[in-house]
Amino acid sequence: MKSKKINIWQTKFILPALTESLKKLNPLIMISSPVMFIVELVTIVTTVIVVFDIVSGRSIAFDLQISLWLWFTIIFANFAEALAEGQGRAQADSLKKNRSESVAKRILNHGGTEIISALQLKKGDMILLEDGDTIPGDGEVAVGTALIDESAITGESAPVIRESGGDRSGVTGGTRVLSGKITVRITANPGESFLDQMIGMVEGAKRQKTPNERALNMLLISLTVLFVIVVVTLKYFAAYMGVHVTVAILIALLVCLMPTTIGGLLPAIGIAGMDRLLQYNFIAMSGRAVEAAGDVDIVLMDKTGTITLGNRMATEFIALTEGKEKELFHAALLSSLADDTPEGRSIVVLAKEKLEMRGSDIRAPEGSVFFPFSAESRMSGIDWNGHRIRKGSFDAVRDFVSAKGKQLPQKVQEIVAAIASEGSTPLLIAQDEEILGAVRLKDVLKEGISGRIAKLRQMGIKSIMITGDNPLTAATIAAEAGVDDFVAEAKPATKLELIRNYQEKGHLVAMIGDGTNDAPALAQADVAVAMNAGTQAAREAANIVDLDSNPTKLLDLVEIGKQILITRGALTTFSVANDVAKYFAIIPAIFIVGYPQLRILDIMHLSSPESAVLSAVIFNAMIIPALIPLALRGVRYHPLSASALLRRNLGIYGLGGLMLPFAGIKIIDVLISMLHLV
Amino acid sequence: MTTGNWLCLILFPLILTIMAFPMGEYMAKVFSGGRSFLTPVLSPVERFLYRLFAVDPKEEMSWKTYALSLVLFNIIGIAVLFLLQLIQGFLPFNPQQFGAVRWDTALNTAISFGTNTNWQAYSGEQTMSYLTQMLGLTVQNFTSAAIGIAASIAVIRGFIRKSAAAIGNFWVDLTRTVLYILLPLVIIVSFVLVSQGVVQTLSPSIEATTLEGGKQVIAVGPVASQVAIKQIGTNGGGFFNANSAHPLENPTPLTDFLELLSLLLIAAALPFTLGAMLKNRRQGVAIFAAMMVLYLAGLGVFAWTEMRGSPLLEKAGVASGMNMEGKEARFGVVNSVIFAQSTTVTSCGAVNSMHDSLLPLSGLVLMFNMAIGEVIFGGVGTGLIGMLSYAILTMFLAGLMIGRTPELMGKKLELFEMVMAVVIIVTPAILQLVLSSVAISTQAGIASLGNTGPHGLSEIIYAFASTSGNNGSAFAGLNANTIFYNLTTSLAMIIGRFSTIIPALAIAGALAQKKIVPVSTATFPTTSSLFIFMLVCVVIVVGALTFFPVFTLGPLLEHLLMAVGKTF
Repeated sequence: MKSKKINIWQTKFILPALTESLKKLNPLIMISSPVMFIVELVTIVTTVIVVFDIVSGRSIAFDLQISLWLWFTIIFANFAEALAEGQGRAQADSLKKNRSESVAKRILNHGGTEIISALQLKKGDMILLEDGDTIPGDGEVAVGTALIDESAITGESAPVIRESGGDRSGVTGGTRVLSGKITVRITANPGESFLDQMIGMVEGAKRQKTPNERALNMLLISLTVLFVIVVVTLKYFAAYMGVHVTVAILIALLVCLMPTTIGGLLPAIGIAGMDRLLQYNFIAMSGRAVEAAGDVDIVLMDKTGTITLGNRMATEFIALTEGKEKELFHAALLSSLADDTPEGRSIVVLAKEKLEMRGSDIRAPEGSVFFPFSAESRMSGIDWNGHRIRKGSFDAVRDFVSAKGKQLPQKVQEIVAAIASEGSTPLLIAQDEEILGAVRLKDVLKEGISGRIAKLRQMGIKSIMITGDNPLTAATIAAEAGVDDFVAEAKPATKLELIRNYQEKGHLVAMIGDGTNDAPALAQADVAVAMNAGTQAAREAANIVDLDSNPTKLLDLVEIGKQILITRGALTTFSVANDVAKYFAIIPAIFIVGYPQLRILDIMHLSSPESAVLSAVIFNAMIIPALIPLALRGVRYHPLSASALLRRNLGIYGLGGLMLPFAGIKIIDVLISMLHLV
Repeated sequence: MTTGNWLCLILFPLILTIMAFPMGEYMAKVFSGGRSFLTPVLSPVERFLYRLFAVDPKEEMSWKTYALSLVLFNIIGIAVLFLLQLIQGFLPFNPQQFGAVRWDTALNTAISFGTNTNWQAYSGEQTMSYLTQMLGLTVQNFTSAAIGIAASIAVIRGFIRKSAAAIGNFWVDLTRTVLYILLPLVIIVSFVLVSQGVVQTLSPSIEATTLEGGKQVIAVGPVASQVAIKQIGTNGGGFFNANSAHPLENPTPLTDFLELLSLLLIAAALPFTLGAMLKNRRQGVAIFAAMMVLYLAGLGVFAWTEMRGSPLLEKAGVASGMNMEGKEARFGVVNSVIFAQSTTVTSCGAVNSMHDSLLPLSGLVLMFNMAIGEVIFGGVGTGLIGMLSYAILTMFLAGLMIGRTPELMGKKLELFEMVMAVVIIVTPAILQLVLSSVAISTQAGIASLGNTGPHGLSEIIYAFASTSGNNGSAFAGLNANTIFYNLTTSLAMIIGRFSTIIPALAIAGALAQKKIVPVSTATFPTTSSLFIFMLVCVVIVVGALTFFPVFTLGPLLEHLLMAVGKTF
């Protein structure tokens, strides 16, 4: 996997974002971010007050500065959102670049083809692709097999095979046919393909808020309502106490108390989460799926292709008679020369290694006849030099040997049983009536898989392996990979059943799949990741597509999901904790003239009441741009226990949020009095 | 401070804890339909009542039906009490020949007792006939407490049920609360009170000749039974105006201790009921611990302030040491402090001293207790509901910060629960701020004030904090028996009550429908000390952010001005 991070801090991104943030001042757009919408309303009031000041000839210095900084607060928040959108668009564009230029050869009803622009393609169109063609849109191979370069999308340089019928029939727009001739059925209108859908999700206007985001938004609105009432009623309490508080100062207090930091950065956090998905070559069908990924506590993984490399490999030869190892190696090598199965090839590789003939080209000896594998014989081998060398399962080889009237040595059975008991598959090798020894065929784990599974466990996610193997084999692989549980002898329907059962118990289940028979289970899973190389059915049933087709990337997905939530929570806590310091700045400022005793609340020793209010407002505005990098990058996720993680984030964002503004407001106050701004 | 005082401050919370745990377990058994030692005696009565009112105890209600039954029952009770006061002059058991209660006072009283507030704008012994006291006020003392407890049990069911549509049967919960919980406790407590000299009679007031030869009218009546339920049900409405400071309501230190214990018992036991019903007792302990931490913190500040005494009296040479002003000599400072702290954290509101005479910072503690919505033990039932709402808010933030969509006790917290919890937390705060600001800026509001300046502000805020939180204790110093205050406090009480109970039942209904998320290593344990710490912080931060300005202008400013010799 290659992460293609775009550096957003360039003029070409910043300038358009600035323009965009001014456009977003339009109240009709602002209303989608209710907290900032209210800030805009009260800011307009302060602006009107400034106008009245001018008309009535009063000093405008203070009111004007408050009003300006409130406008900055809104613009900074808009800027964060615009920047995140820009980043998403750039990320998507880099994926999309190839497709807009491509043309397609559409197959006409009578059999001929016509060349049209890729944008004119419709769902259901059949197109012809030959060597060197760029695939114009997402689709499914209907006829033929081809070697395809997907590096434009995945960054992976090795080409992949896509063929009709199987589980590898899906093709993505923007990839290129290296060799082969295929007919592809287009499965999405150009405007609906995965990438376009994703681009829609990073653009604020079209973005649908996720359920969690809506709940948080409601909390922020409630806090805002509460603070509006606190501030409005304060005017009357103050009046009773003989203190007149100006509207400008009340508005300054209100905006400082409102959760503007999180309210302003909330859209940017969500969009930036989508951006990160694109960076990791994921395409999500909904923001909801991404958040659910952070909650997943069960992951179902196919053994083959996810945990193991997919094929059994020869890992050991066991000779029946000591000292006759060389003969066994030779016989194994010869018997597998013509065996084109992955198992056969792995035997050749291992035998060559044992005979120290690596790299040398081995050909079948003169006058030899191959005996290919057949369903009846269940053996393969070679007839050469009057000898018949055979390789096959225990039963087949036993029948072969005993047909010649030879008794099977006791030791053979012991070897076979030993191999099987360790979850591997034994193959016997015989020369004529003599059994030379056995080959151990073993499932080989993907590199690094056990480390990733261990990390899943650290995150609190239980991994379950599903396989059609017998329980013994399954248990061995499960133990080796370190999965928490496994289901052996599984049928395609088992997956669906399993997911339902876990969901019934309240778990959130993630499932990774690529085959058509995975589709029902994918549709049932809470987080369904389809490999891009998988079938169209699988991709449609999923809610996330992994362009790299790398199942272990689920970890990254979970992290991205968690990061979005953590960033929201951390900034909400930070925002609310900030209020304490702002109270200590503004409340004494309001009442200190009438009641000098309240000076004890002025623990920051600010230079003047005006400076105190202005400092709080400036701090409140400046904290937004200061936190944009954090909002875009996301708070880092550490695979710690929930308590440790909470303690850490509470320490940083809760306690930090409590302390930081005291220092920040004081510094701004010193600057203000140095510059004589009030 | 003497050793005895220290002992009181430490022993009382300890005894409360020891008693609350078995009480909580017992209530869990009652509401789970299990058998207890009272079942043989009470279940025939229970079955008879169900037959009488044609209630099918097996029938389960959706949250909406439950809420509708509850609200109708409560409103009808309030209406009956209102009418009873208006026609008491024509009814028996009225030896003092009291006429109809003034309409606004009657309305206020009806709402007050119906909502478990027991704010008393009137003087009981000079207004209410014995019939009104017994059939009206005492009945409401039982039912309003039972309604609160029933609602909290429904909320607990929301947490324990899985993919369920119903949250219990209101009539069954109500009946069981009264029969198995309130009545037995009241009977025990009343007898002890009577043995200590609390009166229980239907005779009219006694006329006595004092030592100087003057005439004194000593009001008596069926006091003990009403006092028992006013404490046990966190109602707080005294038979006499002086409430538990009155020698015939609270004669001895033993009755004082008993009244104190009974006003906290059920509220403190309900977290344990939650734990028992969840089959996760540590969860109950955690919620209880959060309440206890807040209780002790307030008590600490409060006791420290009162023990230090008033700097002014000291300077004037009138008194030194503890602040005895407004306290009964037979209870002393410490017992008065524990009583006042307990009565304001719960929604009881019974008093054994004059809160108006407390030092400003003590008043601040009491107002804070009520302002945060009565969640430190709180009213019976509603306290647990309030604290669970804060727990929902806490876990919403905590869940986000650990990267999970939030959950509490295995239930996912989504938009609906979030909004309802916020309504429960925020409505009383908004009510007190809005109504106080209306009172403080209108002639009708200001006219009732007994004091000026920050103390006057405190009196008004206290009144609305007390009524919005359904506490009912009075700061005194404010003449609340005016049309303006009777109507505004009625509004505060009725909104304060239903803005807690209805959203709580809605939460119960929504939660019951959800699955229960199994615990994994990624689940944040809501039984840990970190959870307790965070919950306590959220309660304090929400309270502080809402009331910082107004508490600054009221009690804090008064405290600072007192230091420079200014009083109000």
